[in-house]
Amino acid sequence: MKYYDKLIFDLSKEGRQGYSLPSRKWNAVLADLPAGLVRGEEPALPQVSELDAVRHYTNLSQMNFGVDSGFYPLGSCTMKYNPKINEEIAAHPGFAGVHPLQPDATVQGALWVYEQLAKSLSEITGMAEFTLNPFAGAHGELTGLMIIRQYHMARGDEKRTRIIVPDSAHGTNPASAAVCGLEIVQVKSKENGLVDVEDLKPLLDDTIAGIMMTNPNTLGLFEKDIKEIAALVHECGGLLYYDGANMNPLVGMVRPGDMGFDVLHLNLHKTFSTPHGGGGPGAGPVGVAAHLAPYLPVPKVVRGEDGLLHMVGADGEACGRVSGFMGNFGVLLRAFTYILMLGNENVKMVGPLAVLGANYIKESLKDCFELPIDSVCKHEFVFDGLKDKSTEVTTLDVAKRLLDYGFHAPTIYFPLLFHQAIMIEPTETESKETLDGFIEIMKHIAAEAIEDPESLKTAPHTTPVRRLDETTAARQPILKYKDII
Amino acid sequence: MAKTVEGLYYSESHEWVKVEGNVAIVGITDFAQHAMGDLSYVDMPEVDDEIEAGEEFGAVESVKAASDLFSPVSGTVVEINEALEDAPELLNEDAFENWIIKVEMSDPSQLEALMDAAAYEAMCANE
Repeated sequence: MKYYDKLIFDLSKEGRQGYSLPSRKWNAVLADLPAGLVRGEEPALPQVSELDAVRHYTNLSQMNFGVDSGFYPLGSCTMKYNPKINEEIAAHPGFAGVHPLQPDATVQGALWVYEQLAKSLSEITGMAEFTLNPFAGAHGELTGLMIIRQYHMARGDEKRTRIIVPDSAHGTNPASAAVCGLEIVQVKSKENGLVDVEDLKPLLDDTIAGIMMTNPNTLGLFEKDIKEIAALVHECGGLLYYDGANMNPLVGMVRPGDMGFDVLHLNLHKTFSTPHGGGGPGAGPVGVAAHLAPYLPVPKVVRGEDGLLHMVGADGEACGRVSGFMGNFGVLLRAFTYILMLGNENVKMVGPLAVLGANYIKESLKDCFELPIDSVCKHEFVFDGLKDKSTEVTTLDVAKRLLDYGFHAPTIYFPLLFHQAIMIEPTETESKETLDGFIEIMKHIAAEAIEDPESLKTAPHTTPVRRLDETTAARQPILKYKDII
Repeated sequence: MAKTVEGLYYSESHEWVKVEGNVAIVGITDFAQHAMGDLSYVDMPEVDDEIEAGEEFGAVESVKAASDLFSPVSGTVVEINEALEDAPELLNEDAFENWIIKVEMSDPSQLEALMDAAAYEAMCANE
């Protein structure tokens, strides 16, 4: 692969341009602006030809690795293939050209998509109603916790300020709870990786706002005691929050609403095949049971007496507003397309095939890699490093070596329950041939760790950049372009 | 294998305590620094902060993870190791030579609840 790391400013040549705009066209408007708001000098924009710009971004894009270029078994991230028809529908001018401030009567199609996607997600998860407004998974978590808090406050139950989070939870759970002003209480896992109900019981009292759980949990294991946990938490007056990051294996088979969860978020970029945006547009819809529906954030989509769908912005009971408008609509549209393209029958195949793929890899590799909890997993599982610990080859070395063979590395060093965690999630969209190819390379790497450990410790060898010095990057980060040059 | 030092007290959350009079000198163990990997940041309390046994008093961060620090004893922070602000790697280089905080203990009997080196080694062997 060609190494390319230029910034577009490096290419800039004074006076070079692709297109030119008519000059001084807006002077009349500028004259009305207060003097302090008018720019004194031209902005320092890069000056490049169209070809320079195209080549620059094409070269940069080829430094990237995505699901479209290879297998991406990044545990907990559900890197499934995103069908191209999602893009085609989202780019349709009738959708791409709408503006959030258009009169409701002129965007009935978009509002219908919003309403129908909310209904589809309600059906898939067993919840009563959805807001599609939150912009990401963690934003959905915060919204869900705001709803829980609002529920308790509305009942005058103001001392419920503590939230229980298992020690195996995604890091976003305690982070979101802290942002929401809740105090985090940790519940331990048992040897078998599941939440310890006996450790949970003494934590339950009238200060508990609820519990946040993901099921299957971060080890890919189904929390079999969920019904008992739900009964205990409800009995003490708390609510159950479902972190939908691990929803993929359940799609079409099991519904969080039926397990007793009161609030959940979904990551559309995981389960519903919208792009993982590298921090770009995401969507974290939040579903609630009927008794929490009044507290969903505004604006809401409501069908009015005139028969039309309306965006309703004010609602006294709502937990507040978490977005300017109706979420990242283009992302919602992609998820809706995905659900329609699968249809009622095929949507039931998502979960089982995701589970089958994960178990196939797990069983094929457990002789070479340490499997700390040997049971049937759901969509993902965790190895605790190589089986042979005598080589001092670490999980990081294995992950870096995988890059040499054209695979994206799995999630490593999470969950924190194991020191050498390697978390693998293949998703349902990969063929058996791809899984076999990955298994073969993982076995090969395990053999290399014994025969030629140096090749792992110095990996990667074939990537545009070699092993990065993450420690120095963390200790002495260079954050500005000017510090590099 | 991670080393230990005789004569120190050890907590289940991998802190060590060295006692000098009524002052507890607190750090993290060699086992802990090894498990964390190269440390990039040490979050410490301020001098005069009151801390409670078993409660969080700071955190250590590495490129792999962040982990809270739990105080083995209750008392008042009398000194923090300012060298760690610019050089967290000191804990990787020698976890027992480089302490994190010094605490004026309010209840030295809390030390009795901690482990000695042999008991701590046995606990780590099971991790």
